[in-house]
Amino acid sequence: MYRDFGTIFLFILLGIVLVYVPLLISKLVAPKKYTPDKMSTYECGEESEGSAWVQFNIRFYVIALIFLIFDVEVVLLFPWAVVFKELGLLAFVEMAIFLIILTVGLAYVWKKGDLDWVKYRVKYGRGRYSKIVGKE
Amino acid sequence: MTIDQLMNWIPFGADWPALAFFAAVLVCALTVFLFIAVYALMAIYGEVKISSFMQDKVGPMGQGVGFHAGKWGLLQPVADAVKLILKEDIIPTLADKKLFIMAPFVVFIGAFISFAALPFNQHTVVSDLNIGIFYILAVGSLSVIGIILAGWGSNNKWSLYGGMRSAAQIVSYEIPAALSIITVIMLTGTLSMQGIIEFQKGTIWVILPNWIIFNNPFSFIAFFIFFISGVAECNRTPFDIPEAESELVAGAFTEYSGMRYAFFFLSEYAEMFVISAVATTAFLGGWNSPISGFFDGPGWGLFWFMGKSLFLVFVMLWFRWTFPRLRVDQLMSICWKVFLPFALVNIFGVAIWSLIIG
Repeated sequence: MYRDFGTIFLFILLGIVLVYVPLLISKLVAPKKYTPDKMSTYECGEESEGSAWVQFNIRFYVIALIFLIFDVEVVLLFPWAVVFKELGLLAFVEMAIFLIILTVGLAYVWKKGDLDWVKYRVKYGRGRYSKIVGKE
Repeated sequence: MTIDQLMNWIPFGADWPALAFFAAVLVCALTVFLFIAVYALMAIYGEVKISSFMQDKVGPMGQGVGFHAGKWGLLQPVADAVKLILKEDIIPTLADKKLFIMAPFVVFIGAFISFAALPFNQHTVVSDLNIGIFYILAVGSLSVIGIILAGWGSNNKWSLYGGMRSAAQIVSYEIPAALSIITVIMLTGTLSMQGIIEFQKGTIWVILPNWIIFNNPFSFIAFFIFFISGVAECNRTPFDIPEAESELVAGAFTEYSGMRYAFFFLSEYAEMFVISAVATTAFLGGWNSPISGFFDGPGWGLFWFMGKSLFLVFVMLWFRWTFPRLRVDQLMSICWKVFLPFALVNIFGVAIWSLIIG
């Protein structure tokens, strides 16, 4: 047991070394002619406009939240799946209840429109957005 | 297990077990690294050639005078590798230097340590963990962290967009993939990779091999859900929106050059192999031969495992020239509204199937 995961731990350490060595070789043989323009941020040849560290779209946050819930569910399902055949019907019923609750949650999120990447249901009210209402 | 065999071979093994253990792991790590490098060069050559044939071209040929890419362009990937080593290493002045440097390490190590649990044949597996498949799924998602580090650390708008999209995509597709794997575990009752393959020995229905994909109709669907989600997790076309070159330049990797970029590239190919190998192990019988009882030895085991895995890698390359790229909203809705419900239904299906029949 400790040897199994000791192997993994050594693999991580050796992985770092194995990435570092080629980078070092490259550092020794590659040219180093740095100019301020070369080191500037790439923006299709234009001068870069401001920093990229900005507040970001909230839809990524919602996806992350839903992911978190389902990932915890998956983690819980793994040990259940291993012993499922031994425990039989009782385990199935228990897990079915758990899964159905989560499925209801999924249906709720789906109905609420949080799974849509482009949220057509938001009614902006006025201006040019007023016409994109109700793409169901 | 390979580590034990290696330790027996090492002459000073009895005197210094810790040192022998370290030496054995070092040999394994170097072998895996070499395998990834050679396989990646082959896969790059294969990708160039297969893409060319699918587009009715010949690809790199190298028929000129002087420096050229060898017979049938066989030296093309070597030339690419040399070029990447000789490239100038650029870290933008505005970037967050620590995160920028850390990103390729994290991405590559995520792919690299997955290889530790892959069973290449009956005896060859670096570490046959009792939670093998769970471990691979867990470690496989390390690459997301690296991609976010790359996207955020570059301080570039393309990178940020690419990194964010990539993260949203990979975490989303992890769920259908993991739920499909759960159907396999429900049938086998073990998380060990070798245990899953042992379960798939023999035949079912006279002629079909007893692979999980043929075990019941739900497993058949689960295989396709897993494989397509796997393609999406590797950010391969048609799911390559994070690095869609026509809109985001190179996504999270826009600012990377030289060897740092090469490691992202290497880990993409390594991850393709890992996904294919897991699909092979979980659904296609691993190192079991398709005709039960024939072609069964360790050598054949390696042959079948590599054959099946590389065939699935080929299918991924094939996808690229068959399907157009998805739009980002289509991508997300396919994951959450098609694959996830199907994967949930699969779990119920397999449970009821094995309660009634198995």
